[in-house]
Amino acid sequence: MNELVEFISNNLQLLYILILAIFIGVELIKNVPSVLHTPLMSGANALSGVVIVGALLVMLQSRPDDYLSLGLGFVAVILGILNVVGGFVVTDRMLQMFKKKK
Amino acid sequence: MNITLSIIYLITTITFVIGLKMLGHPETAKKGNLISGVGMGMAIVATIFLHDFEVPSTNYILIGIALLIGTILGYLIAMKVAMTKMPELVSLFNGFGGGSALLIGLVEFSNFSTDATQTSTIIAAIIIGSITFTGSLIAWAKLNGSMKDIRLPNYNLINNLIILALIAFGAYIVMYDSTNLMLIYLLLAASLIYGVLFVIPIGGADMPVVISLLNSLTGIAAAITGILYGNMVMMVGGILVGSAGLILTFIMCNAMNRSLSNVIFGAFGGGDLAIAAVGKTGGTIKKTTASDSAIMLNYASKVVIVPGYGLAVAQAQHVIHELEELLTKKGVDVSYAIHPVAGRMPGHMNVLLAESNVAYDKLIEMDNINPQFPNTDVVLVVGANDVVNPAAHNDPSSPIYGMPILDVENAKHIIVNKRSMNAGYAGIENELFFNQKTSMLFGDAKSALTELVNELKNM
Repeated sequence: MNELVEFISNNLQLLYILILAIFIGVELIKNVPSVLHTPLMSGANALSGVVIVGALLVMLQSRPDDYLSLGLGFVAVILGILNVVGGFVVTDRMLQMFKKKK
Repeated sequence: MNITLSIIYLITTITFVIGLKMLGHPETAKKGNLISGVGMGMAIVATIFLHDFEVPSTNYILIGIALLIGTILGYLIAMKVAMTKMPELVSLFNGFGGGSALLIGLVEFSNFSTDATQTSTIIAAIIIGSITFTGSLIAWAKLNGSMKDIRLPNYNLINNLIILALIAFGAYIVMYDSTNLMLIYLLLAASLIYGVLFVIPIGGADMPVVISLLNSLTGIAAAITGILYGNMVMMVGGILVGSAGLILTFIMCNAMNRSLSNVIFGAFGGGDLAIAAVGKTGGTIKKTTASDSAIMLNYASKVVIVPGYGLAVAQAQHVIHELEELLTKKGVDVSYAIHPVAGRMPGHMNVLLAESNVAYDKLIEMDNINPQFPNTDVVLVVGANDVVNPAAHNDPSSPIYGMPILDVENAKHIIVNKRSMNAGYAGIENELFFNQKTSMLFGDAKSALTELVNELKNM
């Protein structure tokens, strides 16, 4: 219990940010027409590729002789950038199709 | 932390919020996607160059190679895949994101394993990342058609026990043995297996919900790794995706009138229920030909087209647009009825029809089109099944009972184009086909519709 109280008081700012971000996410999506659900899911999927930043940090901080970290980080960067590039390009392709006629 | 880097992360976070907001409106969606894309690019470049570490040049070279490989591969896959394959592609990319998170957790475990908070963060990243990784790959394989539903006996019980065991195991590592790498590998393997077992029993019709849920989980995994590094853009970006994905999951469940737990734990499609339902229907069906159907459509004044996944599979979206234009030219009022979960993903049909230039205002959502069916002369159902199954209204024993459907049986005539009498994706029989007002036009959607178009042209 004490540890929980300590954790909360140490990370109060963090908790504010998390909770507000959750509400923003909900509000942004709540009233979206169902036509846009697929592109939206795809767009959100591209954003989750932000995990690449973590993968880059792993590689930046690895010692050059730490082959395990470097190797895993290397794969993590590839997977992360695949998520980012693939996600945005696919979303763009889908949305391209909505543009032509009104 | 470098102040320029912090400011760039802040800007990136803002582009994510604005981008998501703009994705919610048809006119601004494309721009919104671009804005978040630019923001993401900025964050990536800034992370590489604006930091305070001593980085050997080999690391830079390796980062460059990894980025190059991933970018080219991602771009090629995204550009090459057909629009009908979109849902599984989203799932695949999502799995990559989860995989990235789990690898980060794996590396950082040995660096950070002294502090309880950090160890639990890392363990959460590994568990969630692994589940999304294998879960998304299974979802991809199932939508691909290369894998069928597999249900082990008592799979619900087994799955629940495994997830509880995973949490308990994670807690044990945090509290008692946070330096043992062997235990982490064990945890990793168990989480990977759970991802497989979690998705494998879920029926194909529910796959969109699962993908959306997994997408949300990837966001959460990214947020957790963000907490580990105290990195704001990962944290806020990840949470945004997590909560947006979760809401989208609930919206999809609502569209099918099912709860999330029912999707995950309820057996659906195949199994005993389906067999029972098949036994109950029966009766005679009425076959029709392309020329008869063409005559019917030609003399109708209002026609509603109900597209389903069959249309997508047969790549018939262009032919159906041709049919629609032809009928409109003949003075028939034509519109499309779009069920929220038609196809394999919400909005899937809209994307496909938009691809073949169908005008936006011709696509009418379920709640708006349902009152119009009694005034509709002919409904043309192409490759759709479960979304027009009246059992959802009047058969409490049916697994789809209570799901909102398109009330096509209220129309004067119904023409159903199907490849065969096989049950739909949910694996249940459809009494609509035995309705007196229904005529069945058998055949592949593309060839059947092409025939229809030719007949109409000759009239």
